[in-house]
Amino acid sequence: MPLLEVRDVAVRFGGIVALDGVSFDVEPGSIVGLIGPNGAGKTTLFNCVSRLYACDRGDIVFDGGSLLALPRHRIAGAGIGRTFQNVALFRSMTVLDNVMLGAHSRSRSGFVSNALRLPRVPREERATRARARGILQMLELESLADKAVATLPFGTCKRVELARALAAEPKLLLLDEPASGLNHEEVSELSGLIRRLRERLRLTVLLVEHHMGLVMSISDRVVALNFGRVIARGTPPEVQRHPDVIEAYLGAA
Amino acid sequence: MTKKTLIALLLLVAVASIVPFVVSNYRTFQFTLVLVYAIALLGLNILTGYNGQVSLGHGAFYAIGAYCAAVLMDKAGVPYWATVPAAGAVCLVVGFLFGLPALRLEGLYLALATFALGVSMPQLLKYKALEEWTGGVQGIVIAKPDAPWGLPLNSDQWLYFFTLGVALAMFLLGWNLLRGRVGRALVAIRDHHIAAEAMGVHNALYKSLAFGVSAMYTGVAGALGAIAVQFVAPDSFSIFLSILLLVGIVIGGLASISGALYGALFIQFVPNLADEISKAAPWAIFGIFMILFVYLMPTGVAGALRMLSERQKRHNFPAAKNEEEVP
Ligand SMILES: Nc1ncnc2c1ncn2[C@@H]1O[C@H](COP(=O)(O)OP(=O)(O)O)[C@@H](O)[C@H]1O
Ligand SMILES: [Mg+2]
Repeated sequence: MPLLEVRDVAVRFGGIVALDGVSFDVEPGSIVGLIGPNGAGKTTLFNCVSRLYACDRGDIVFDGGSLLALPRHRIAGAGIGRTFQNVALFRSMTVLDNVMLGAHSRSRSGFVSNALRLPRVPREERATRARARGILQMLELESLADKAVATLPFGTCKRVELARALAAEPKLLLLDEPASGLNHEEVSELSGLIRRLRERLRLTVLLVEHHMGLVMSISDRVVALNFGRVIARGTPPEVQRHPDVIEAYLGAA
Repeated sequence: MTKKTLIALLLLVAVASIVPFVVSNYRTFQFTLVLVYAIALLGLNILTGYNGQVSLGHGAFYAIGAYCAAVLMDKAGVPYWATVPAAGAVCLVVGFLFGLPALRLEGLYLALATFALGVSMPQLLKYKALEEWTGGVQGIVIAKPDAPWGLPLNSDQWLYFFTLGVALAMFLLGWNLLRGRVGRALVAIRDHHIAAEAMGVHNALYKSLAFGVSAMYTGVAGALGAIAVQFVAPDSFSIFLSILLLVGIVIGGLASISGALYGALFIQFVPNLADEISKAAPWAIFGIFMILFVYLMPTGVAGALRMLSERQKRHNFPAAKNEEEVP
């Protein structure tokens, strides 16, 4: 059974059709690349999975249940983590606090127990902090733990976002252009990192990326979108060779 | 908390405990009001400073707290100390309920809605049908409580210590609330509400609870204030009070716990000081003070002090900075 099934999803903004009957599956443990020119609807699809946008039509099934039945704040707890194309960190907070907030859905304590600092609060807090530090170490960010994110360069912020997403222990990770703002060397380092994370954390990854070298080298399957429709799907070589994909990219360039 | 802040805190409490024995009764009363305002400001800061919801009407919750205390004492004979948690509970509920529809409002629109609440409160308190309880325009006079257990304190001194005790408890609760999971979520909502929700924060619940908790703090302050002043009347709680509270958190320091205390000192003493400088135009003088503070300390007194202490640290250990430089 696929971990994520996108079924005939359509989204319209006024006159713009951002997604027009998109369907594809993501198998557990796989890395699926989602490509397409700017405005193809990739981020919109992520936002549908996160429930930030409502689907006008279709269904999104995750782990056997429809996501459309869940409110936004339950998506992280259901096992879907994500990063944002334009970095959506909590700017006044430190790197460590950002990552600890990422574990919000994996912790319980509320207003009353926090205010009274009941014994389970410091216990939970310690566990959350330890997990966050572990993730920072894995992503080689530990030296920045106490920095305010507002002071960090864009590429580092993207990495902090990845750390924050991992703190929720997701099954499915949505990465929206993780390589933007990185140089050549950093991109190849990133592809190694994504592979390692998949092995170590048994992740399934849905990856939006413009950097073709990266997508084609690490994806098991690739889905190509243009104008809100799937124009090709298959293994990286198949999609790369597909005439509609070549056309879409040449047309866009 | 570091050892140094703990020592500073204990020192502060020690100094605060000596104050009523070395200053006049009137000054003691003024310091009682500083503590009252500090509680109210911490409440407003939880909402506006930490959670990013601007309230221009917190004076309304202060008024509700004050009237809860006064009516309970005057009509039901409830002892003064028991009215404080009652006022807090009432304001918690009222604030939470007000926060629910306010969820649909953001930024300036929320500010306007809270302004509407603040500006209408004095008139609601004068409302004829409620006059039997509220005393209408006349308000309610409250008897001053004496020190219990034969303590050798006059009633001003006792009220000061009573208020100090409540303030310490409220600050401890507030600090606990803000330093862990809930505090992070509140700030996350302020910084980026979409990302917060995507990380699993139940924004609607947190925002309305922040409203409730904030109103509770301000209501507790209102009750303590009423007991200290021994009088409530609708016109003591004009919209000016709401604005003054906002001034307090900005001058003291947004999203800072200690800022509530600095802000309270400012709104209690600077108007008096301005009055001494010029009887003719005290609020003009007050305005000048405000502009000076904002200009010299754009992140509030708390922010300025933090910056000073960091500069001091860097001065003392110049090597420490290089170690943690971003690569
Ligand atoms: N919130 C929105 N409001 C209006 N139009 C939007 C919104 N989000 C996306 N769109 C439009 O939907 C289309 C797809 O956008 P997007 O999903 O961001 O593309 P991609 O991520 O593939 O570059 C674009 O035409 C974009 O302008
Ligand atoms: Mg995009």
